[in-house]
Amino acid sequence: MDIVVCVKRVPLTEEVDLVIDAQKKGVKKDQLAFVLNDWDNYAIEEAILLKEKHGGTVTAITVGNEDDEEVLRRCLAMGADRAIRVEAGDMSRFDSFGIVKILSQVVKDLPYDLVFTGVLADDDSYGMVGMMMAEELNLNHSSMVTAIELEDGKVRTTSELEGGLGEVSVVDLPALITIQTGINEPRYVSILGIRKAAKKELKVMDLAELGVSDGELAPRAIIEEVYLPPETEGAQILTGDPDKIAGDLVEILTKKGVME
Amino acid sequence: MDFDLSKEQKDIVSAAREFAQGEFPDRAEEFDRDETFDETLHKKAAELGFVGTFIKDEYGGPGMGLLEYCLIFEEFSAVDPGIAVAILISSYGAEIVQEFGSEEQKRRYLPPLASGEAVTGSAFTEPDAGSDLASATTTTAVRENDVYVINGSKMFITNGDRADYLICFVQTDPDNPDRHRRHSMIMVETDRDGFEANHLTGKLGVRASDTAELSFSNVRVPCSNLVGDPGNGFAEAMYLFNLDRVVVAAQAVGTARGALEESIQHVKKRIAFNAPLASFQSIQFKIADMFTWIQAGRNLVYEAAWRIDQGTIDPKLIAAAKSFCGQMAVKCADMALQMHGGYGYLAEYKVQRLFRDAKITEIYEGTTEIEKIIMARNLLK
Repeated sequence: MDIVVCVKRVPLTEEVDLVIDAQKKGVKKDQLAFVLNDWDNYAIEEAILLKEKHGGTVTAITVGNEDDEEVLRRCLAMGADRAIRVEAGDMSRFDSFGIVKILSQVVKDLPYDLVFTGVLADDDSYGMVGMMMAEELNLNHSSMVTAIELEDGKVRTTSELEGGLGEVSVVDLPALITIQTGINEPRYVSILGIRKAAKKELKVMDLAELGVSDGELAPRAIIEEVYLPPETEGAQILTGDPDKIAGDLVEILTKKGVME
Repeated sequence: MDFDLSKEQKDIVSAAREFAQGEFPDRAEEFDRDETFDETLHKKAAELGFVGTFIKDEYGGPGMGLLEYCLIFEEFSAVDPGIAVAILISSYGAEIVQEFGSEEQKRRYLPPLASGEAVTGSAFTEPDAGSDLASATTTTAVRENDVYVINGSKMFITNGDRADYLICFVQTDPDNPDRHRRHSMIMVETDRDGFEANHLTGKLGVRASDTAELSFSNVRVPCSNLVGDPGNGFAEAMYLFNLDRVVVAAQAVGTARGALEESIQHVKKRIAFNAPLASFQSIQFKIADMFTWIQAGRNLVYEAAWRIDQGTIDPKLIAAAKSFCGQMAVKCADMALQMHGGYGYLAEYKVQRLFRDAKITEIYEGTTEIEKIIMARNLLK
């Protein structure tokens, strides 16, 4: 079972006051700490678990600069067999479509039975790469998956749907699956893992090598402006001791029909 | 000159931080309140390779440098110093075994420490012997054929009650005119007859870590338990202290960093006079000072550790790191508590624990005063 996992390094934004950049096209990232996207952490863990159970290989891929190799080294330390980074220069010129083009160009030449991506990335939360890649590579797919079982030439997936519904699908391999958080409990990185990772292959490819031109990567979506929504009126602040606040809250929720 | 850590060192920092942040916060308050610890946490950390990182590959460890040990210690301490000590100091004293022990001793004592199956410690201090180690230590080991018979008592011994074996500083040659040649290091398994450990309670800080008083009453151990040459105990002790003083300095840096992180969060949120505390200059000056002192302390730790890893032991640099970082941590924890006001006085706020945890870094492994004496002696000779 050969599995390719697409991962992304994202800024940690918890408890951070984000500041919009001068061009109003994004947020300032220079003071932020970066980590492996949470969804991708589950995806790489799931791939490694399947490898440990069924054999095969796990390859982690990212598109980004040298700093982004940090998340690939993490994947290798967790147990991936090799990693590929695509050096694509200024990343801000790509939309999800461009990233999908690049990733697909790498993946199509690799041996694989499964391709994993996280459901979405913590930074811009578009959630597009997985499904667009399935289309680009003409692969069967299953999204927002919370459980995976391998069957002969197939994969049985459980997905989370709205309203607490579950959905079980059986998909023929090869397939692309987008992984939901909570599917497993990602392992900690061990010192031995870090040591082993240093000896594993981390390949760097550039766009020319992949045969994709800037023209093909031109964005389909162009960000006009990023802004903070204006503060609106109408918030009601409840005060008093906790018992009174709870009572008032229940009364309001009941009146508005949220609770019965 | 390069101020950047290597990629591997950066990855070690990330791994240690993630483990500490994932595992410590849920337990820290409980361990502190009840003066307990959960050995499964130690075992988990050991399985990930964080324990006994200096233990060489052939004895089951990763064989890393002192700098890497310090990096892990800072990360663990920034989350909780008590748990950091309970986990990382579980191999305290094994440095002596690795450097001075026989091949047989290394094979027996080191692998179970790296795997987390055993805990060790080293016993120096006595009820009436502390900084005056060489002149005042009176616990004796008298040779009878092929055993040593040990009598005496030891005080404030880290891991005394939880250790499987303790390396003990004992008098073997009381009449030697050179007081630095009167002692030896002898390994004592804690299940030997006549050995007793009493877990001490009521410590101010690092309460997850076990501290005990020990009593030796005709404890008989084979002569093969002598680690290193007879009479070489003082030199072996100094070897250990030179390493572990840097480690304690890293613990202090981590404690201070935890205090700064708590403070930054708090002063941004807490409103006084209709503005966040962070908007007042009296608060800003404290935050800036803490950052400066922590950075200065960390640089001392890195340099002292790096030089040791390069083969240079510079006692005055080590003493500078230890004394500066200890005082710095106490000062930072004090400022952090002050910025928290009444909240900081409550047990449920981490900053209260850090305030209490910081102080030990000025006491053990050589008090601030002893460190200053070491520096002065080196500078004035």
